[in-house]
Amino acid sequence: MNFKHKYVFLFPGLFVLIGILIFPIIFVVRLSLSGWNSYNGLNFIGLENYIRLFTDDPRFWQSFFRLSFLSVTTVVLQYVIGFALAHMVWKDIKFQRFFRVLFLIPMMTTPVIMTVIWRTFFHESLGPVNDILSNFGMTPKWLTDPTLAKITVIIVEVWQWTPFMFLLLLAGLLSLPKEPFLAAAIDGASPVRKFIYVTFPLMAPISIGAIIIRLIEASKIMDTVYVLTSGGPGTSTETSSFYIFIKGLREFQMGYAASMSFTYLIIMIISLTFIAKGLTKLLLKD
Amino acid sequence: MKITKTCLSAIISGVLIFSPMAYADKWSDQFPHIKATGDIPGDCSYEEISKKNYKGKTLKINTHAVPVIGQPTALHAEQFAKLTGAKVDVTHTPAGDLYAKAMVPFKAGQAPYDIVFGFSNFINDWRQYLAPVPKKYMNSTEMKDVTKSHVGVSSWDGTMYQYPVDGDRHYLKYRKDVIDNPEMQKKYKADTGKTLRVPTTWKEYGEMAKYFNGWDWDGDGEKEYGSAEVMKKDDLMFAAFFSRSVAYAKNPRTPGGFFFDLETMKPNINNPGFVEALGDWVEATKYVPPGGINFGLGDEIGSFGGGQTLFSFSWDDAFIAAMQDDSPIKNKVGAAPLPGADKVWNRVSGKWENQYNQAPYIVWGWAVGVAKKSKVQEMAFDYLCFFSNGANHQADLAIGNFGVNPFKNSDFDPQLYINTMGWDADIANSYTKTLNDMEKSKNRVFPLRVRGVFEFTSAVATGTSKALAGQLSPQEALDEVAKEWEAIVNRVGKKNVQEDYAVGVKMEDNKL
Repeated sequence: MNFKHKYVFLFPGLFVLIGILIFPIIFVVRLSLSGWNSYNGLNFIGLENYIRLFTDDPRFWQSFFRLSFLSVTTVVLQYVIGFALAHMVWKDIKFQRFFRVLFLIPMMTTPVIMTVIWRTFFHESLGPVNDILSNFGMTPKWLTDPTLAKITVIIVEVWQWTPFMFLLLLAGLLSLPKEPFLAAAIDGASPVRKFIYVTFPLMAPISIGAIIIRLIEASKIMDTVYVLTSGGPGTSTETSSFYIFIKGLREFQMGYAASMSFTYLIIMIISLTFIAKGLTKLLLKD
Repeated sequence: MKITKTCLSAIISGVLIFSPMAYADKWSDQFPHIKATGDIPGDCSYEEISKKNYKGKTLKINTHAVPVIGQPTALHAEQFAKLTGAKVDVTHTPAGDLYAKAMVPFKAGQAPYDIVFGFSNFINDWRQYLAPVPKKYMNSTEMKDVTKSHVGVSSWDGTMYQYPVDGDRHYLKYRKDVIDNPEMQKKYKADTGKTLRVPTTWKEYGEMAKYFNGWDWDGDGEKEYGSAEVMKKDDLMFAAFFSRSVAYAKNPRTPGGFFFDLETMKPNINNPGFVEALGDWVEATKYVPPGGINFGLGDEIGSFGGGQTLFSFSWDDAFIAAMQDDSPIKNKVGAAPLPGADKVWNRVSGKWENQYNQAPYIVWGWAVGVAKKSKVQEMAFDYLCFFSNGANHQADLAIGNFGVNPFKNSDFDPQLYINTMGWDADIANSYTKTLNDMEKSKNRVFPLRVRGVFEFTSAVATGTSKALAGQLSPQEALDEVAKEWEAIVNRVGKKNVQEDYAVGVKMEDNKL
């Protein structure tokens, strides 16, 4: 094939890649070196934004650690519940198809709308949850207590995204070879031993993939926080992406928000690489 | 002959008297929204706007989410389209995003919206991208009725950039059926030893709110609470905090700045006056309804307007909602000035002055402008003029969650509320007197209108919400806000902020 023809076929894809990935990243880097806000243009201020971020903005780092806590907790819960549900409908049970569809419904709904509904459920004076709990003398402050508000965010996130984990793990379970299970059955392994020594190790590569995908998604958590708590009470549910949103699109400190976004991107790339390596070492040691 | 003459005169008089009504009915038949008044003659009345032909043209509007201001925008857009043949596209945006939604295209040199709604304190950031209101509209009959202070609010350096559609101020709303009830007064006296009356200080407000918190004091079978307030972070809570601060921190004897010391540009936000107010506010978390510290403006309107609380303070909307025909507490509410304080901080001497102080907080309100780069500016201004014409304005005033509040001289006439909205005379009188007194006060506080205003107010929201959530003490929270304000002043440039702030200080010091 003519060498030039190869480029003709490559260019459309390359242009799209440059347009939707490379250009925005380069623009964000340029923006992060500017003081672009409501009163300044795209001027060049060097590393001023980064210096401010690393030396004078504890709120960003607090929101980052809060995000780490929320994403790790939600993903672990999603994995455990998702695995349990997938394992349940993997077996031949009654209404298997019905359950498979039922467990997927939360994922098919629009997150923002579902969060509005959850907010209504958890409304402390008008919501049905406290209405029921008040019969037992309890009226938890779901959205106004700093600790409970975090738990509420976790509940909504777990409800919304467990089906995704369920779907990946069910696909994994269905693709497992039958021979190891037959061998285990012949050896008389109990269901628990079969799970620990056969199912779980065989599912390890899929589990790692599913956990990493969900961690990437969970680390961008924004809509749930925005609708449910607006980062409050105080800053107790403020995550990195919500904080960047406030600085960039509420306060219009675009340059500074860009520096936070870029820093956040680098941190996420590094930390997720280490997490993936760690998980591989832990789960695929044999 | 005499009888014939008399009959003829009676018929002619009748025709002259009732002709405006007949004329009005023609439009109110088609547009039931104005059924109470019919069309009201003016340069932008239904009659006049119907003469315009904008067929084939599109007007794009970015406004607030439904219902507050978003609903009247959409309603008047529909009416305007019907009258002129124009196509009107309305985009609804949450309050917190209105600023950026206009600023991003403004900064990029684009005008995706011909009309942008926002808060009036955005004026300094937006004015360079907005078209000044043309003379034709400045001289319109509708504009001539706008109060002097609201013409000032919408203008910068004598040029009007924001078209007046709303006028706001914070004042106290209370349950008249409780506060004026002799039985309740007796019970309150017996239980507390104090007099139940319209609170004149924030401490008194707190005591009463605490007493009336968590029990069924109106006998409807539901628990009622002390106070409904905007406490949700980023949902205009900064304005609620300033309302509580003015009594302690706006000293008429120390001109030269409420938010900053104009000379040094040192923030006043963490002085003992503001700290005292934040301390009161933290205390208020104990007498708001469950979930009250997550209440936004909509929740506050619904809570007080629905009869859930004894007190509320902020914009007119909650009061109007309470006075609507479908409200369970119609004609059971009263309006009064914001509570004051028995002491006021003197930032010059650095000491408390132990004397009564009260200061109205003119929050202003919704503002709207036409993009300088809009290709349909005339149509855009016609729409805004139509939005606030006499008939639409009076009808909008009567709907609590529309967010349209008095800003015209004719709005301060109690008869308007008695005749068209069915208010009791004493309530209408107390309402208009409260608003009127605020207009006349010489100790008013106006909102901050400086470059990068959102950075300042966002810092206040973050700091005060941390105090309300118990993450920081009031002093620590406001020290954090002051530090942030100093950093913002340095970023924006001390001289720039000082120059902008001087305009507001002049208004507060009654020099404009």
